[in-house]
Amino acid sequence: MDNIINLLNAAVAAGTPLLLGTLGEILTEKSGNLNLGVEGMMFMGAVSGLAGGLAAEQWLGGAGVMAAVGALLISFLAGALGALIYSFLTITLRANQNVTGLTLTIFGTGFGNFFGEILGQRSATGFAQVTQGTQAMFQPIHFGALSDIPILGKLLFSYNWIVYFSVALAILMAWFFKKSRTGLNLRAVGEDPATADAAGINVTRYKYLATIVGGGICGIGGMYMCMVTCNGIWVHGCVSGYGWLAVALVIFATWNPARAILCGIIFGGLTVLRMYFPIKGLATQFYDMVPYIVTIVVLVITSIRQSREHSQPKSCGNNYFREER
Amino acid sequence: MSKEIREHQEPFVRMVKRASIEPKKAWLIRGIALLGAIITGGLLILTLGHNPFEVYASMVQGAFGKKIAIQETVKLTIPLLITGIGISLAFKMRFWNIGAEGQILAGAIAASSIAIYFDHLPHAIVLILMGLAAFIAGGIYGMIPAFFKAKWNTNETLFTLMMNYIALQFVIFLEHQASWQDSRSTFPKVRMFTDTARLPKVFGVHIGWIIALIIVVAAFIYLTKTKHGYEISVVGESANTARYAGMNVRRILVRTMFLSAALAGLVGFLQVSGSDGTLTETTAGGVGFTAITVAWLGHMNPFAMVVVSLFIAMLERGSNSIQTSHNIPASAADLLTGLILFFMLGCEFFINYKLIFRGSRKEEANG
Amino acid sequence: MENTKTNAVEMKNVTKTFGSVVANHDVNLTLRTGEILALLGENGSGKTTLMNMLSGIYFPDHGEIYIHGKEVSIRSPKDAFALGIGMIHQHFKLVDVLTAAENIVLGLPGGATINRKLLSQKIRDISQKYGFDIDPDKKIYQMSVSEKQTVEIIKVLYRGAGILILDEPTAVLTPQETEKLFRVLRAMKDDNKAIIIITHKLHEVLSVSDRVAILRKGEYIDTVETGKATQQSLTEMMVGHSVSLSIDRPEGIPKKDCLKVHSLTCINSDGVKKLDQVSFDAFGGEILGVAGIAGSGQKELCEALTGLYPVKGGSILFHNEVDGHLVDENLVGKSPDEIIKKGISMAFVPEDRLGMGLVASLDMVDNIMLKNYRQNSGPFVDRETPKKTAERLIEELQIVTPGVHTPIRRLSGGNVQKVLLGREIECSPQLLIVAYPARGLDINSSYTVYDLLNQQKKKGVAVIFIGEDLDVLLEISDRLLVLCGGQVSGIVDPRTTSKEEIGLMMVHVGDQNKENQANLQKERKEAATHE
Repeated sequence: MDNIINLLNAAVAAGTPLLLGTLGEILTEKSGNLNLGVEGMMFMGAVSGLAGGLAAEQWLGGAGVMAAVGALLISFLAGALGALIYSFLTITLRANQNVTGLTLTIFGTGFGNFFGEILGQRSATGFAQVTQGTQAMFQPIHFGALSDIPILGKLLFSYNWIVYFSVALAILMAWFFKKSRTGLNLRAVGEDPATADAAGINVTRYKYLATIVGGGICGIGGMYMCMVTCNGIWVHGCVSGYGWLAVALVIFATWNPARAILCGIIFGGLTVLRMYFPIKGLATQFYDMVPYIVTIVVLVITSIRQSREHSQPKSCGNNYFREER
Repeated sequence: MSKEIREHQEPFVRMVKRASIEPKKAWLIRGIALLGAIITGGLLILTLGHNPFEVYASMVQGAFGKKIAIQETVKLTIPLLITGIGISLAFKMRFWNIGAEGQILAGAIAASSIAIYFDHLPHAIVLILMGLAAFIAGGIYGMIPAFFKAKWNTNETLFTLMMNYIALQFVIFLEHQASWQDSRSTFPKVRMFTDTARLPKVFGVHIGWIIALIIVVAAFIYLTKTKHGYEISVVGESANTARYAGMNVRRILVRTMFLSAALAGLVGFLQVSGSDGTLTETTAGGVGFTAITVAWLGHMNPFAMVVVSLFIAMLERGSNSIQTSHNIPASAADLLTGLILFFMLGCEFFINYKLIFRGSRKEEANG
Repeated sequence: MENTKTNAVEMKNVTKTFGSVVANHDVNLTLRTGEILALLGENGSGKTTLMNMLSGIYFPDHGEIYIHGKEVSIRSPKDAFALGIGMIHQHFKLVDVLTAAENIVLGLPGGATINRKLLSQKIRDISQKYGFDIDPDKKIYQMSVSEKQTVEIIKVLYRGAGILILDEPTAVLTPQETEKLFRVLRAMKDDNKAIIIITHKLHEVLSVSDRVAILRKGEYIDTVETGKATQQSLTEMMVGHSVSLSIDRPEGIPKKDCLKVHSLTCINSDGVKKLDQVSFDAFGGEILGVAGIAGSGQKELCEALTGLYPVKGGSILFHNEVDGHLVDENLVGKSPDEIIKKGISMAFVPEDRLGMGLVASLDMVDNIMLKNYRQNSGPFVDRETPKKTAERLIEELQIVTPGVHTPIRRLSGGNVQKVLLGREIECSPQLLIVAYPARGLDINSSYTVYDLLNQQKKKGVAVIFIGEDLDVLLEISDRLLVLCGGQVSGIVDPRTTSKEEIGLMMVHVGDQNKENQANLQKERKEAATHE
């Protein structure tokens, strides 16, 4: 029983970067942009978040809240920058979305590792790491008595602030798509840009905004990998595959932000499974394969049973040009 | 309502699709884009406090300066070129195979098992077996997602990508197997192959480069002159038309994807047998992704891909040398490759469309 | 007279080019408040392009537009709305997965959330005023074509448009629905709205409009009072010379067995029956017309016959000669390549010419060999034979193209269709299925197509002609099959049936069907005795 509680607790913590990546990509795809560069944007967010934290420590005086805020903002901006490049190429210059996304992944991975090493070179110790005070900012929060409630305390009140931030974001996004006027317009843009355009919606602006904000959210996911998962140290290739899992999770979440929370927890759980339920004689490598194998299985299952309303926005992957004929 | 009525004024800039463009002009645009990427990279180098001219010069020097450098560059070109051609087969069908990394590893694993378990056989036989095993293993590894794509339209981008991580974990698993390790070491590492399992060299580079050139010509003929090639171009343009024409789209998809992945598998063999002499986690080393760039920049043309792969190999080799000479991380290669591709993707727009600025109506009416 | 009513729209010397194609050249147009103006022209004459410049989809290369006397610049659909211009496009601009109400409110300014109750009420008010019938909460993809059109019109009215543009609104409607639409248009006209209706159907022009503006090949010809025009005079202005409007129907050609379809049933991936117990015969030497409102199973029927659509039940018997014996081969479950291998020569000109019949980016040679590239032995393709065929077709059908190596996508619509039809006829088929063969073609090309079909019929080919223009179908067919919701609602003699009768059959499976069933019983008995 304890094992299960611990696993769930660890699953939430491990699933949060996946959730952020998924949310970012859902927002992006809702505008009709299939951005395969999530991995790249997460890398950009990761290294920039670290750099932001370090810079805040240096210039804003010491560790703590400012460093965390710096990491959050800068990682968002870095992810948004990646998405801006993508948006400019695909929306304005109408480049192929698939290839542009892949390029963004190559570029972002290079960006992350390159500047990660540069940060290391420039620091006195030879590797880039935030101070302990900043590290503490990314530790689970203790809510006093609430956190001490048996089971519930561990399940609900024992996470770092980004976890709560992400869940709130997911709920906000679900409301946005379902109820708000802007959300309705955005869905129309992703489904059928020509129709949205004819209805007087500024398709270009919606696409840019959704993609850039989506990229920023992915960037925060990357920052989580660096600050929480890797404890605020630059680890070469630290995002490794999480961005791609996030792209896949969008499909399992059926483009529904609320459902993405559940998917994030499940896949977070799969990545940490071996630490809680080890099977004797089963090599760790096979455990490490599990999330990827499950992804494939779910991909196949969802492709077998297609539904019209819970599927990818129809224009996803295609660029829009009003005067095309 | 009157407030909404604006001054009579046309938009500042509009774009119009070009009917056609002379090849010369198209190449000029691409040349400018390349220059743009290099200048952007240069600015980046400048902000890091280095002299961009010096760094670029040292990159070229590192790639082509000495005979050994050239050999190393060619060695990097081989996997990029062959994988790029493989990927282009799939891309021509709009099958987004980004699993070349895993397919290379699948081929490498198969070739390595021959090298580990059958190295008592004659040299030529071992090599042929390794090549065949790699070709088939890679091909089958790529056929799996193609099968699901054909049957249920399962998203191939993610499927092929997930297969990369599975193959990689399997390589790590093999590194931990005692029977694959060097008996004198407990370090998790596959042992070096004996000479029976190593490719011979011609002009100082393993014969993979000859194989690569043969593949270039073969791929060109396959794509432009054969029925298979014709089928690929029809399926790629419109699966609907292909079905209408009585083509078995599923079979063509699976068959072509087998070939695409088999070429990647062959690269796995060339890497372990020719280049590295053993199987490691870095046997594929990002080639599967970089080769996408090669295929795209080469416009899926095998001959153009020779030039592109050589250029990218130069970037990688050069980045390695600036790491030592200027202490710039070698990841700069990825960064630069990404930049160049960004510029190249963007410049296609100016080849397909032309911009019309306000007040230039007359010209347009004439042109 | 010009001064009795104010001009809602005035377009002066408007020009628009696409690449090297001049779609509109110095076009002038005047629309008055409280009138219905028909914009008449052949396909490709630039009607839609001109209207798209009013609705902000395209921006003119030069020329001026005045709305209610004021010069304006319409740079986006939003600008058009602000000016009170609303366009109902031929291909509806509606988001499938959203409801009618959501589509109507799309893109409008307002609070952060939408007051759905108020919205539904407003929609009902508009519906009542003009006599529409619509459920605001129904999703678009569950709607019929005419319901979708209603949503489009309400969408425009909801935005307070005073100038309405309808692009070929009747193309997808039955004669009865068309009448209903015209009643609505007249009601709006009485409400002092200005309406432009784009069409190429002359009798509609004469029945609904006050004035007619005519375009020909992108040029403005004239605007005339409808009362003073006749079908003949309008045609001459539209085409530029006098043409006979009748289509030939050669009679007395001996019929022979070709295709027997029994109880053909097809179900799509969502589990919806697209074809329901469809039975009919097609004979060599006749043209069997197929009528029906859009989406009544026409596409599925064509594709099921050619092996492209999965068949749930029933049989498709093709009369074929195998080793000198006449047999009926059942094609159900056979793929196109299996059908070809059986030696059955069937030709199919699909609705989607560039998306199914041809490969847009390939040249004519590669397109000509599409269906028979496997003929020669060995792994290599033979491009010499198709090249010769291509050159011959260019000559015979007067295809206008820079050469055999020009990508098909660069050809005009009429020439694309000639390449496709030419290739299909080239294989000397026993059965020729054509879907909407004249859609988008100008009058000359349309008549070339009709002539080619009649030639095939005279040769003894069985022709199945899927059409949308009832006038054409009634003139060219020997028998006319009417589809309704995937069922055959009747097979009638077009010489003795009126358009209104067919219109009714398109929406009801009624008495005609009983008759049809009786005929079938008879046929089946005959078939039994035949064997």
